[in-house]
Amino acid sequence: MAVTGAVMVGFLALHMLGNLKIFYGRESFNEYAHWLRTLLQPFLPYRGVLTLLEIGLFLAVVLHMWAAITLTRRARKARPVKYVAKKSQATGYATHIMRWGGVTIALYIVWHLLDLTFGVVNPAGFNSAPADRMIEGFQPGRWWVTAVYVIAIILVGLHLRHGIWSAFQTLGWVKGERRRIVKLGALAFSAVLVLGFLAPPLAIMFGVVK
Amino acid sequence: MDLTLKVWRQSGPDDAGRMVTYLAKDVSPDMSFLEMLDVVNEKLILEGDDPIAFDHDCREGICGMCGMVINGVAHGEQRATTTCQLHMRHFEDGAEITIEPWRAAPFPVIKDLVVDRSAFDRIIQAGGFVSVPAGSAPDAHAVPVRKEDADDAFDAATCIGCGACVAACPNGSASLFTAAKITHLSLLPQGQPERLIRAKAMVDQMDAEGFGGCTNTGECTAVCPKGIPLDTIAQMNTDYLKASR
Ligand code: SF4
Ligand code: FES
Repeated sequence: MAVTGAVMVGFLALHMLGNLKIFYGRESFNEYAHWLRTLLQPFLPYRGVLTLLEIGLFLAVVLHMWAAITLTRRARKARPVKYVAKKSQATGYATHIMRWGGVTIALYIVWHLLDLTFGVVNPAGFNSAPADRMIEGFQPGRWWVTAVYVIAIILVGLHLRHGIWSAFQTLGWVKGERRRIVKLGALAFSAVLVLGFLAPPLAIMFGVVK
Repeated sequence: MDLTLKVWRQSGPDDAGRMVTYLAKDVSPDMSFLEMLDVVNEKLILEGDDPIAFDHDCREGICGMCGMVINGVAHGEQRATTTCQLHMRHFEDGAEITIEPWRAAPFPVIKDLVVDRSAFDRIIQAGGFVSVPAGSAPDAHAVPVRKEDADDAFDAATCIGCGACVAACPNGSASLFTAAKITHLSLLPQGQPERLIRAKAMVDQMDAEGFGGCTNTGECTAVCPKGIPLDTIAQMNTDYLKASR
């Protein structure tokens, strides 16, 4: 969970920064998308680096889900008889929604890929420029799409709030005073990520970015 | 005070078990939770019923024998308190209290609220010891121990093996118990030679017993009567990862 999660967190951070390019205009965003595809071009084919990254990311997602399913199955087996009454004593809402939150996020990612990556459910269509897909996708007329994104991003933030410090704990890097710092860091990082991801769709919907 | 108890009754390992309601009348607020059950049991015996079976021994919070899930919380809602040290003054007159045994596949119910915790013994047998040459006891100050290490090791060593951590964990994991025992020894010089084999052996035994995996929910440390911190689990993970390399 920890290692695959870390790979995904790294990706999310870059993805979020990349998205912010839309604030520099459509051209800048499209150039960035093009740059990703032509990275190290003479040495690697078109889309070489990107494809490698995609494979790595895909593996991380699959292994993360595999680990989560294994843990869930072990937990079910370890508690065959449920409690009549059970009250949580630990603090933190995020901890309770890791599993179903994770499933919801996975479903959202499928939709997200169909929408903005492949453009099949996007008004700009399949063969459009990335910036057009993004801007047309979040027009006020499609407010419900924006709503889905907002909810999904907040879920991602909650998932990371527990996930990030949890990864440090699993790898044995949290001890004593460090625990507070790591937890605060996880919270701050998740918050920044959520804000960074929410900015473009909201800015587009309210007409700040055209 | 008068209370309504909803207690898990199960006549033996093969019985399906059920919740049964009892009235506990004239309970003194000064009674401990176990004394309250003693009084209920006396009445049950007088009426010719089977008394409610529960584990206990020292009744002073140090042996780790007692333990039940009270109103959905292992050892009850009073923090850092074993069931035997929980007093009835923390309950309201007329309250309804649900009482259930620890629930975990590796802790099968023997009777009513009594569960078999031998799985913990087998985890200890797998590595919860240090090997020392036999002979007369060494001088207490022969091996110097840093004060900080001694304190942390002692904190971990206060684990009484009650099993509340397993009962509270949504994954049914025994990580806090196992980590407390590993940390206790791995912080001391005497524990160094076997440090990594110990971590590996104890964690593997824990998994083999059928306990779940840790997802860092923190439910365990919240109910632990000795307040064993999650730091011990980080320590266990460090040692285990090193041992697996
Ligand atoms: S770690 Fe705490 S809750 Fe778990 S067995 Fe030890 S004393 Fe009991
Ligand atoms: S009976 Fe010994 S700790 Fe409760």
